[in-house]
Amino acid sequence: MATTGSENNKAPGSTGGANGMNVRDAIRQPLWLLAELTYSCPLQCPYCSNPMDFAAVKSELTTEQWLSVFRQAREMGATQLGLSGGEPLARPDLIELIREARKMGFYINLITSGVGLNADKVAEFKEAGLDHIQVSFQASSEDLNNLIAGTDAFQHKIEMARAVKANGYPMVLCFVTHRQNIDQIDEILDLAINLEADYVELATTQYYGWAMHNRDQLLPLKEQLERAEAIAHRYQDEQKGNMKIYYVVPDYYEDRPKACMNGWGNVFLTVAPDGTALPCHAARELPGMQLPNVRDLSIREIWEGSNDFNRFRGFDWMQEPCRSCDERFKDFGGCRCQAYMLTGDPAKTDPVCSKSPDHHLILEAIERGRMEAAKPAEKAKPLVFRNPKNSKEICGL
Amino acid sequence: MSDGIFKPDSIPMLALGYRFQWEPAQDCHVLLYPEGMVKLNGPAAEILKRINDKQQTVAELIAELKVAFNGADLDDDVYQFLEEAYGNDWIRKQ
Repeated sequence: MATTGSENNKAPGSTGGANGMNVRDAIRQPLWLLAELTYSCPLQCPYCSNPMDFAAVKSELTTEQWLSVFRQAREMGATQLGLSGGEPLARPDLIELIREARKMGFYINLITSGVGLNADKVAEFKEAGLDHIQVSFQASSEDLNNLIAGTDAFQHKIEMARAVKANGYPMVLCFVTHRQNIDQIDEILDLAINLEADYVELATTQYYGWAMHNRDQLLPLKEQLERAEAIAHRYQDEQKGNMKIYYVVPDYYEDRPKACMNGWGNVFLTVAPDGTALPCHAARELPGMQLPNVRDLSIREIWEGSNDFNRFRGFDWMQEPCRSCDERFKDFGGCRCQAYMLTGDPAKTDPVCSKSPDHHLILEAIERGRMEAAKPAEKAKPLVFRNPKNSKEICGL
Repeated sequence: MSDGIFKPDSIPMLALGYRFQWEPAQDCHVLLYPEGMVKLNGPAAEILKRINDKQQTVAELIAELKVAFNGADLDDDVYQFLEEAYGNDWIRKQ
């Protein structure tokens, strides 16, 4: 499951955290290490954020190489480790990676579809020191879940969610929402209540990789969002103190961009299955990236010295309207990958921003989604599923 | 002061999935939780350390802090912190 999490919170009792001034003054620590252990995955989700050409990646880092990455990042201050993919359970050394990472002091998050998991493994991982398993669901109903995931996985996921709870982990359910499942948000939340989830993340699809390819079929309509938001807020009130519900509006419907990765090269470090180090999991697709590899360079050399990590660090690279905008310290100009995908220039203002001269591109994408949604089912563009065959065909591998 | 969630005989515990540890790179104690981290200031760390180390009542915890800090009058501060920490979902009651 290739999704990512939220940044560090600032709360009473804390010594203060991210703000624009810190970022401007110094290179900070890579607090969050996302280890994409493998691109192997039993699912074929059309909203996957993996690169379209993932099938071209042949050689994965070895156990020793991963442990070296973990050790180096930890020494530089990383506390959160995300084990993701692809499906991280496809790595036979997963338990060893968990055990060693825990010894180093990481807080370890396993981001999984649950496919390939069983109750014994859930218990073994706990014993090895895994802190948190995030089980992702595609939708609440069996048919839609299996359709979207391209496999028959739903009952198994339910069982795994129960096993996670029974083993004393906090239960975090993640539902990736889009046009084809967002109308089921109440069923999704009822399922979460039934499973006694501690946290529910109603994660809106982000349009990168496969999801971008399928955007016209996935982008929700405004009226769908308004309904979903009202329902999410009702459940938030009802479940207060019981189950925490995170609901985020898709950035296409906002008029300011998200603070993507909490700033480029600021707290977030992704290492892809082949050892490529990236400031975010989608950055591989940007032009002009040198794609430093952990096989050749230390994490410190990459984080502090590489062209890729310095390219959009801080604020000097910005163009107008970001350059003179007070909000740049808050949103860092939005997402570089989104700016590139939509405008062809990764240094432009994220077109989500209503101050961007390219904002019309977002409005046009919404309109295209609406036209696509209005078509009868047989005339609509089919979803392209994320699998090696489609990857090779589309990318000419 | 105990008109909030926590009474002298309440036993506070870290919330499920929360871990308290010292971070050399941050030069402070932190709370780690799913996909997040809170850096703690000194007083917060002193209280959470005692919640993390052993199960004890709020009254016992306060007594311990008084010994450590020369009998300082810190009851109100502790109760206030516990309520805030509970509000942030960092701790729960046994």
